[in-house]
Amino acid sequence: MTNTEWESLSNQAVTVCGIVYFLALLAHSAQWASLRKLPADETPEIGQTALYGRLGVMLTAIACAVQLVALVGRGMAADPNRVPWGNMYEFVLTATFAMTVVYLLLYRKYSLAWLAPWAVGLVFVTLMLAALWLYEPVAPLTEALSSPWLVIHVISAITATGIFSLGGIVSVLYLVKSRSEEKEKARIKVAAAASAAGGDGGGEIALATREEPRRGFLARVPSPDNLDRFSYRLHAFAFPIWTFAVLITGPIWAHYAWSRYWGWDAKEVWAFITWVVYAAYLHARATAGWKGRNAAILALVGVATLLFNFIGINYFFGGSSQHSYAAPAPTSVVESAPMVEPGPALL
Amino acid sequence: MAAPDLNFLELMRWFWRQLTSMRTALVLLLMLALAAIPGSVIPQSDVDAAAVERWQDQHPQLTPIYEWLGLFGVFDSVWFAAIYLLLVISLVGCIIPRTVKYWKGFRAAPPKAPRNLLRLQDSASYTTDVPAEEVLEQATALLRKRRRYRVVVTDEAVSAERGHFREVGNLIFHLSVLVVLAGFAMGSLFGYKGGVIVPVGSGFSNNLAQYDDFVPGSLMGIEDMEPFSFTVDDFDIEWLLSGPRKGMAQHFVAHTNYQETPGGEDKEYDLRVNHPLNIGGTSIFLIGHGYAPNITVRDGNGDIAYSGPTIFLPEDQATFTSFGVVKAPAAEPQQIGLEGLLYPTYLKVDGNPTSVLGDDRNPVLSMQAYVGDLGMESGESQSVYVLDKDKAKLVKKEDGSMFRVDLQLCAKDAKKCASDTVKLPNGAGTVTFDGIQPWVRLQISKTPGTGIALTGVILALLGLLGSLFIRPRRVWVRARREDGVTVVEVAGLDRSGASETKDEIVDIVTALGGSPSSDGEEKQA
Ligand code: HEM
Repeated sequence: MTNTEWESLSNQAVTVCGIVYFLALLAHSAQWASLRKLPADETPEIGQTALYGRLGVMLTAIACAVQLVALVGRGMAADPNRVPWGNMYEFVLTATFAMTVVYLLLYRKYSLAWLAPWAVGLVFVTLMLAALWLYEPVAPLTEALSSPWLVIHVISAITATGIFSLGGIVSVLYLVKSRSEEKEKARIKVAAAASAAGGDGGGEIALATREEPRRGFLARVPSPDNLDRFSYRLHAFAFPIWTFAVLITGPIWAHYAWSRYWGWDAKEVWAFITWVVYAAYLHARATAGWKGRNAAILALVGVATLLFNFIGINYFFGGSSQHSYAAPAPTSVVESAPMVEPGPALL
Repeated sequence: MAAPDLNFLELMRWFWRQLTSMRTALVLLLMLALAAIPGSVIPQSDVDAAAVERWQDQHPQLTPIYEWLGLFGVFDSVWFAAIYLLLVISLVGCIIPRTVKYWKGFRAAPPKAPRNLLRLQDSASYTTDVPAEEVLEQATALLRKRRRYRVVVTDEAVSAERGHFREVGNLIFHLSVLVVLAGFAMGSLFGYKGGVIVPVGSGFSNNLAQYDDFVPGSLMGIEDMEPFSFTVDDFDIEWLLSGPRKGMAQHFVAHTNYQETPGGEDKEYDLRVNHPLNIGGTSIFLIGHGYAPNITVRDGNGDIAYSGPTIFLPEDQATFTSFGVVKAPAAEPQQIGLEGLLYPTYLKVDGNPTSVLGDDRNPVLSMQAYVGDLGMESGESQSVYVLDKDKAKLVKKEDGSMFRVDLQLCAKDAKKCASDTVKLPNGAGTVTFDGIQPWVRLQISKTPGTGIALTGVILALLGLLGSLFIRPRRVWVRARREDGVTVVEVAGLDRSGASETKDEIVDIVTALGGSPSSDGEEKQA
């Protein structure tokens, strides 16, 4: 196949996988629409609802495979062939792929049915935004990017980003769920107090305070404790990968490409901030009083810094970062010290 | 918080306890993150000195305040240092007591089984006909061999513990942070970095005078500079002429010839981006390229006042339109200065001169000339890229209209070509464009401690993995005879707070041949 053919194959694959993700999202929506009507402790193993669920997961797997084709196509379309990590469009394509792979791998082990619509929805939306706004034709890498460190640095940064994002979703769900649970507790307490005060006969107390199986989406989301633990696992998994990406491979590559291993460039500053925030998250989980809610908030701050570093730096700090691979090569002529090769590199 | 009648010692102790608490570590970490933000928003002099100057010109009122706050050098500022030093102190104060505690815990036997095992969250019990001793023996073997627990058997219960190395991992991680800091500090104290532009055909030897810019570490000595020298013999480059990155340059190679010591063996190296040349502890990096036209200036007397390759600095990476300055202070009767642009592949588009490619396919110089005092005797150091025009006069045509020194380097077969020599009006002299050659910009730096820092982060990563993924846990198995059957109770405790031992308990019970009538799980539901 020629390069152009590979490129159009990749573009078609992105379209197809977008559509399939959308179908998967529909299947999960249908599943949840009918699950809502059932009590939370009742999950049909057969029948239409279960079928929708399985269909959703299967479609997600198919979309994920097609996405892999899209990625391979990007790499094959370049001359010389390369890893498909040369610009933001390709990063987003890969990060969403990593996210889906992790989600699918963990699906069975952690019974992630409750996460399905959120994970698939996020992947779908991100992918579409990337296709609309970030698309760039395949191009050869700039000189500073042509390095074996590109492969190892970017794959780790992207994988960590994908997993941190999943952790972010779980943290949001944690906050929502624990809030609703608190409300529920308060309601039971108030009801109990009211009926105790009114002495309105035992029947009503029993009714109001009974732990009735609840319905609706939130009821099916695992307990806050479990969410907290799952979120911790995701973050604990991603943190060493992120450490490897920004504090080991990044500096090594920067040493070869720019002659300094750490230069407090805007992108480096924010990668450091992200790292510190997630280190704080891990500390928070070990600190009494910061567990749960505060830790979840820190995890969200982490996602915010991560995204800001990924997108914000390129658009707001465009020319001033050596890493601005999104903007056209910035010009900088320094009178006494001309920095002539603004090697646009990654992350 | 502190009670008012604390004496000094108690106060200090209170203060130390606060400083070394996890909560303080957390707050300090968050402060470190916050404190780094200005370093990305405000231009930093270490990163981009020109951007700092531009910012300062635009904000004359804020500049002194920012300067006082150290905001142009956040990462060297006192307050930034204060945060990370506090963090380091907190870390040491936190880690040392833990090391001691850890060492004691490491040698201690697994603790005795709690009286009521079934009260633990993750527990199960079952009954069997197997005698109690046999069950305990089985459990000991199982935990020791298959699950690598450290096991102690008391009267009627087995206590087992594993995952001691989690704490080691945590300690290694935190101590490695100090190692990284030490390596980083070494680099900035004892290292140096400098930049130089070398036209192809010229050489460089490693001493201060030859650098265009030089930043020494504060404890670096001149004797730390290796006495190497090299020449740049040739420079190859490829220009993309089609595709989405049309006009981009690729595959730069500077062919160099170097000697590690004066009079030493001649060696060759092809210097490329991402492939520095290492000599001793010093690395030479190719970080840029551009053009140096060969320009000759003859003065009013016809004598050569200036001749040679003149470095022009690219203003635009897409076209390599470059700006440069020529100073001929020796010219008689008046000094001559020139400044203007070089278009490597000149083309007039809509009447405007431009360069359509970075390659030097049709080089054209377009400059303005000045005569008079170029301010070079004042003693103040002058940038070679800036012409001091305060006391010099712009050269105009004899009729007073605009005059430009437009020179074209003509190919032999060129049909239409402007001249490569221009006469200055009023017999001030002539300027000739003799040729053009590339230059390369090199960064030369020595960063001691890089290996230490790298070792530090790698150790940190390993420690982190241990600290995050080793699951310290305890398991107890108790078996006793009751009414003719053996009642077996199994319970577990996860000590990291990050997971549970329910599955482990179920596995153990199953392996022992019981069926978990899990009391524990019912309690959980
Ligand atoms: C440069 C500053 C620091 C960084 C980057 C850092 C990072 C980390 C990370 C990533 C963890 C997670 C490992 C785990 O969950 O087991 C951790 C755990 C821990 N850190 Fe730090 N830390 C720093 C400073 C401190 C300080 C100052 C203290 C003491 C006051 C401290 C005490 C601890 C403790 C006790 C744990 C173990 C928590 C547990 O048992 O789960 N750290 N640290």
